Amino acid sequence: MEFLRPADWGEALAAKAEHPSAVPLAGGTDVMVEINFDHRRPEYLLDLNRIAELGEWQTDTEYVRLGASVSYTRIMESLSTELSGLALAGHTVGSPQIRNRGSVGGNLGAASPAGDSHPALLAAGSEVEVESVRGSRRIPVEEFFTGVKRNALAEDELIRAVHIKKASGPQQFSKVGTRNAMVIAVCAFGIALHPDTRTVRTGIGSAAPTPVRARAAEDFLDAALEEGGFWDSGKTLPPSLAAEFATLASGACNPIDDVRGSAKYRRHAVSVMARRTLGWTWESYRAGHTGGTGGTGHNGHTPEGDASCV
Amino acid sequence: MGVTRTPTSLSQGSRTRGGIGESTLRPDGTLKVTGEFAYASDMWHEDMLWGYTLRSPHAHAEIVSVDTSEALAQPGVRAVLTYDDLPTEVKTYGLEVPDTPVLAHGRVRHHGEPVAIIAADHPETARRAAAKIRVEYAELPVVHDEASATAPGAPLLHPNRADDHGRHVPHPNIVHRQPIVRGDAAAAKETADVVVSGEYEVGMQDQAFLGPESGLAVPAEDGGVDLYVATQWLHADLRQIAPVLGLPEDKIRMTLAGVGGAFGGREDLSMQIHSCLLALRTGRPVKIVYNRFESFFGHVHRHPAKLWYEHGATKDGRITHMKCRIVLDGGAYASTSPAVVGNAASLAVGPYAIDDVDIEALALYTNNPPCGAMRGFGAVQACFAYESQMDRLAAELGLDPVEFRRRNAMSQGTFMPTGQRVDSPAPVAEILRRLKAMPLPPERQWESAGRSGTATDVRALPGGLSNTTHGEGVVRGVGYAVGIKNVGFSEGFDDYSTARVRLQVVGGEPVATVHTAMAEVGQGGVTVHAQIARTELGVTQVSIAPADTKVGSAGSTSASRQTYVTGGAIKNACEAVREQVLQIGRARFGTYHPAWNTAELLLEDGKVVTDGGEVLAPLAEVLEDETVEADLEWRHRPTEALDVRTGQGFGHVQYSFAAHRAVVEVDTELGLVKVVELACAQDVGKALNPQSVIGQIQGGTTQGLGLAVMEEIVVSPGAKVCNPSFTDYLIPTILDTPTIPVDILELADEHAPYGLRGVGEAPTLSSTPAVLSAIRQATGLALKRVPVRPEHLTGT
Repeated sequence: MEFLRPADWGEALAAKAEHPSAVPLAGGTDVMVEINFDHRRPEYLLDLNRIAELGEWQTDTEYVRLGASVSYTRIMESLSTELSGLALAGHTVGSPQIRNRGSVGGNLGAASPAGDSHPALLAAGSEVEVESVRGSRRIPVEEFFTGVKRNALAEDELIRAVHIKKASGPQQFSKVGTRNAMVIAVCAFGIALHPDTRTVRTGIGSAAPTPVRARAAEDFLDAALEEGGFWDSGKTLPPSLAAEFATLASGACNPIDDVRGSAKYRRHAVSVMARRTLGWTWESYRAGHTGGTGGTGHNGHTPEGDASCV
Repeated sequence: MGVTRTPTSLSQGSRTRGGIGESTLRPDGTLKVTGEFAYASDMWHEDMLWGYTLRSPHAHAEIVSVDTSEALAQPGVRAVLTYDDLPTEVKTYGLEVPDTPVLAHGRVRHHGEPVAIIAADHPETARRAAAKIRVEYAELPVVHDEASATAPGAPLLHPNRADDHGRHVPHPNIVHRQPIVRGDAAAAKETADVVVSGEYEVGMQDQAFLGPESGLAVPAEDGGVDLYVATQWLHADLRQIAPVLGLPEDKIRMTLAGVGGAFGGREDLSMQIHSCLLALRTGRPVKIVYNRFESFFGHVHRHPAKLWYEHGATKDGRITHMKCRIVLDGGAYASTSPAVVGNAASLAVGPYAIDDVDIEALALYTNNPPCGAMRGFGAVQACFAYESQMDRLAAELGLDPVEFRRRNAMSQGTFMPTGQRVDSPAPVAEILRRLKAMPLPPERQWESAGRSGTATDVRALPGGLSNTTHGEGVVRGVGYAVGIKNVGFSEGFDDYSTARVRLQVVGGEPVATVHTAMAEVGQGGVTVHAQIARTELGVTQVSIAPADTKVGSAGSTSASRQTYVTGGAIKNACEAVREQVLQIGRARFGTYHPAWNTAELLLEDGKVVTDGGEVLAPLAEVLEDETVEADLEWRHRPTEALDVRTGQGFGHVQYSFAAHRAVVEVDTELGLVKVVELACAQDVGKALNPQSVIGQIQGGTTQGLGLAVMEEIVVSPGAKVCNPSFTDYLIPTILDTPTIPVDILELADEHAPYGLRGVGEAPTLSSTPAVLSAIRQATGLALKRVPVRPEHLTGT
């Protein structure tokens, strides 16, 4: 196994062009586990840790451009307002040690259907900035996941950053696992209210071959909120509306039975999470709308004392 | 701490700082916490090779051919060994029945069975070479449960059995069967006002010790081998290793390496023989370290069980009778299955006084992973079933479940179903009373724990930081359970330990050295041994010699027995040393002071003192340059085998009792559980180190919680292991671990050293059924299987 250590982004692209089979390595929370367990033996490892810019982010009026290697810990500490859904998802990733190393870029590279950041990226609205020696392009995150652990990267491309829409309203993230910390998702649900566009977006994890948006549920809710004048009135949502949203979200799932959970349970749990997270975000929106403190509805505390999750 | 009623006659020795009853610190504690402790996997030797094991990908298959030539040709590969390379006619081993092949021959009987071993310069080279070994398999049909194992024409796991149990079992795929019949259950049933029966199931739990199997074998110039290994019983390993290597036992010198937990999973051999074979073949030191994946295949697990129980009771809450049938899955090889069967049968009734019982327990041979010892050893499975039954009986009778248990609780003098009279305190009703009296934790702690009035602390809710509920769907439940566990090896086993204790003056100070072969696996034996020596010899400085086979056997670090048996052996050796010291003193000083010959003498604070407190002489002056040593075996009182047909017999040395109250919050919509509190009350006879005792109780409680809500090795119908990693075999994290208030009772057992009672296993029993009872109360569901999964709670 050859270990490539490019000093900057240009060198990294050149190395990837020269060795398309090279596996990029940043935090190593996924790749090193696969190597240690002999699940993969890449010919080349492409170490991105010397490229400082990948650990940085920029913010403009509409987007956060998040470097591919920015750790979950940094996101939780520094971006919990702009990327509130992603920060909540970050809380559920592995342990403090894993969150210090793991990054959204790595999550996208692995493209696991169970990746914790994916539902939050889908709900917020994001584009993946990828680049090769041939040039740069931006892939909408919905189009990025192409199959189980497969993504839209060409063999010479690397993920440079993710452009994530800044939260204009409350966002939530829920994940079911069979223990209370440090667990791979049995299934997960992300939701973001976008009062600026009067839309709601969602993301479902671990309940289909790829992370998916519950588009029927989004369309239903967008229409219902518009027709009922809810965005303006800030009225409480009728339970029937939340129930229909939950049913449609569940319908977007295409889960399997596996050692972590049954397909039937996953459908059920997604519907419960959809209903609850809609309630939390809408109550938060109402509080903001009626002059309350508003915010994101994030009321978890700083996590301590959990560990690895791969 | 609860009442202390240790009779003074049981407190031998003297009052010296750091003696028994104090929470002295572990000598290895700081090193372990700071990451500096050397575990077996940290060992290194110059010129060392790395061993690797090729394992069967099939659960049951004929081995048609094995070709190692390509693997052997790899650069850096020093040896590849198969069955054909074994040096003697002894090619199998086993703790009770030698039915486990060192390397498979002709047939593999379970997923992960070792087929070949490799030694190479680098672990990666060894691993790659393993992939070059060509093994041709022809798959065979598997047996995976009682029906398939005993069906007509079922493949026999061991068709030519020669073990003692083979003669009395109803089918050759049954390892051992133990009935226990006492009274007349059928007649007693006629007097019952209510009869409750149920079938229960316990999944396969793993010990999940954190330090995987590892060891280092170093070939010696005399043709022998030095083996450094993490194990639970050096001498039992030695007895099994020597005949396979064809070496006398004194040419295999074993030393305990740093052990990262055991819980029963290191009772059977893993890499011991393999590393020695490779070292002797190559003439070079060979280290073998399993990774976590391999570890799941490298040791036995807790027996999964199906249990059918029937109880009857009268309207006034008195149990009339009990009938049960317990079927344990022993997997492909016997391991300790016969003893687990004996335990499950003899403890099947639980800590209750029931005169009319009809019990049957058996273990199967199947193609599932081999199962054997794990903390609780057959009593865990039974406890889940009988405690589930107690709740149902109480509900049928409209009685409080704790009150119902107390009415039927056994006590000192009660006869066990084996006919054995319980002849030491059995405070079952008392520990239940204490639990019931404990205050309950506050409701809705996720709200009260918030930083402002409206905040929600999701850590206090089911799902924790996964943020699945802010209180929606959450229902609290409270449940109780109590259990009974035996202490020490049972059924006539000669369960002894050896201690060598030396006292000499070093730098003007008396120093005791304690040398045993006890495996310190984390339980704190090294702490307690020093405390005993301080108490008995009145010295403050005690040196604990490394555990090895230069001293006699200490028996196994299991069955909650080491403080009792090796502790007893040390106490006994110290008493012999003390007597020699006093003889020397009498010879030297007796003529100068009559008290040497007339008074009761003690060793205290480095001096010989009278029981009246008069100092006769410092130990240093008594001993001068003499070294006093005693090297003695010590035995607890004998037990007897259980009758093969009736199960009658004085089977157990001692019983121990613990009870739990579980408080849970259940997200009834998502089926997620947060255990809020698991209070435990336990009688320990005498807490030699109270902090260690609490640690054992909290650890056992947490392991029981794991079995209740998450821990299970999932085995497919084709007998393949589905989740051999910590990604999918989940053990509780600190966020899953509740507050565990502990109430310790100290009611002395006059048969035991200091009156102590083995502590380590009892708290693992009742924790699981208490959690299930609480979940049932919250959900109203019957829940007859552990671990309970979200699917079970949501009907999905």
